[in-house]
Amino acid sequence: MSSLVLPPVSGRRRRADKAARVLVGAGTVAALVPLVLILYYLIKEGLGAWSWDFFTTDPTGSFLGDPGGIKSAIIGTVLMVALAAAVAVPIGVGVAVWLVEFGRESKLALAVRYFIDVMTGVPSVVFGLFVYITLVVGGFGGTSFAGWKGSIALALLMLPVVTRSAEVVLMLVPNTLREAAYALGAPRWKVVFRIVLPTALPGMVTGVLLAVARAAGETAPLLFTATIVNATTFNMNDRMNSLPALIFQDVGQAQDRLVEIAWGAALTLVAMVLILTVIARLVQRRSRLS
Amino acid sequence: MASAPGTVETPRGSSLQRPRGGRLPDQLLKWGLTILSIGVIVLIAYFFLRLIDESRPVFAETGFFGFVFDNAWVPSKNLYGALPLVVGTLITSAIALVIGVPIAVATALFITELCPARVKGPLTVLVEMLAAVPSVVYGLWGFFFLIPKLRPAEQWFSDTFSFLPFVGGTVSGPNYFIAGLILAIMIIPIVSAISREVMATVPSENKEAALALGATRWEMIRMAVLPYSRGGITGGAMLGLGRAIGETIAVTIVIGNAPVIGDTIFSQGYSLAAVIANEFGEAASDPVHRAALIAAGLVLFLLTLFVNAGARWLVTRAERGQRAARKPAAGMAG
Repeated sequence: MSSLVLPPVSGRRRRADKAARVLVGAGTVAALVPLVLILYYLIKEGLGAWSWDFFTTDPTGSFLGDPGGIKSAIIGTVLMVALAAAVAVPIGVGVAVWLVEFGRESKLALAVRYFIDVMTGVPSVVFGLFVYITLVVGGFGGTSFAGWKGSIALALLMLPVVTRSAEVVLMLVPNTLREAAYALGAPRWKVVFRIVLPTALPGMVTGVLLAVARAAGETAPLLFTATIVNATTFNMNDRMNSLPALIFQDVGQAQDRLVEIAWGAALTLVAMVLILTVIARLVQRRSRLS
Repeated sequence: MASAPGTVETPRGSSLQRPRGGRLPDQLLKWGLTILSIGVIVLIAYFFLRLIDESRPVFAETGFFGFVFDNAWVPSKNLYGALPLVVGTLITSAIALVIGVPIAVATALFITELCPARVKGPLTVLVEMLAAVPSVVYGLWGFFFLIPKLRPAEQWFSDTFSFLPFVGGTVSGPNYFIAGLILAIMIIPIVSAISREVMATVPSENKEAALALGATRWEMIRMAVLPYSRGGITGGAMLGLGRAIGETIAVTIVIGNAPVIGDTIFSQGYSLAAVIANEFGEAASDPVHRAALIAAGLVLFLLTLFVNAGARWLVTRAERGQRAARKPAAGMAG
């Protein structure tokens, strides 16, 4: 056979290819520009506010004198998110275990999956509203606004994320492991607790950390449930401050000193969230299942 | 599939038989988890019913359609027509889709088809970092950076293209466009992630076939990648739309919070989510006002529910269709 000579690609097609590549590249750059700008401004404006006092004093809310720091907000965010995780993680993982080990493709399991999906789509502000009308308005537990009510709102947000990610990881646990354990005579609960959960643990940690990172940055549900206060409290039955709520309030005031605090708090919050995200990704990379 | 243990009959007295009490923890685990899972369904159902119940006072005054389609939100006069809020939510979400989806799809295409393998990972992480930035930080940045910096450009656009519908007049600081732009940035990660996932499922045979026939890279993308992933991309865009509709704090900070329907995309407005965040404090003492805000939450919930249900349907259909299409080629390996 004689060698096959392909006709050269016509100029018009070549130009179209080039133009499309440039456009796609430009779109990618356009997606990254805001990220760079936000991080640049956060560091530029926020780092100036950082100091020892910034982290160790409570905000005063005053823009004439000393606006104070963000101590109560950091403590509030950490406490509320921790309690939210303590509620959402066992429930979320439990539902995921049920879906994978017991429910499988049954009608009930499909319904549960559907409702979990519905929950994923519910806007965070609506969760806040729900906790507000069920727990805050009626003064449930003796107080109106309280830190633990904020945690409940955050837990509702985290639950679908934890369940979904845990389910995906549990499905990746090889069936041969389960079968081997059953063959050795292990009862079902032992297979779940000693074989399935430990194998899936690293992957589930990733999902949980991502859910925690998401919850830490949420503002709307906390506004109606824990509100905004200045003083530090460790009592979850009290009104509690949080970083997002503090930032929101200070932006609303639009006073230079408070805005400076807001930038500093925003940098702190983003740093916390990014650290969690990075740890999550590192754990994921270590995981054998993925 | 692991089969349930204990179903195999073992001879009485055999050492293989499970001790009598051994079944109890299994049953506890099974029913405990089942109850937990049913609890989730009950919770969501209760959630929905409670929202309906609590919003009843305002529906009693205006009716559901009166609430959604009346153009007057004046809590001081006891007027609760949510049309300006609904319109604000829809306009900002539409702007977010128009700006965000092409950028997200371009990013996904670049990562899956065009960029060198070495930068794939880092680029993916960078785009995902956009999702890690909290909403309130987007609001802060939008308010103190985007609004002042973009205002001259918006004014120029408004003056130059005033013949277009919904463009023209004086640009206000916080406005629909800025809110839409922030939302666009916020939905890019999710739309891009889903598009990337669907594009990764395009069989390499299809792409190689296009290339082997002499297609350029772009022609390969247009003929093999895009048609194959269209359903998934649409689903991803709808998930982004669901996010945009429900986004609260960032929008509250940059939309201007004026409960009227703005004349142009550069006018101040309001959104369903923003009104809830802003007014719930004043509404605490007024049951009808509170009911109106809860009704706004209910409308928001229903909107996102429909959008997300549509999105899920599209994404699963796209994924299923692809799995079915791949099966004959992949044989038993699939």
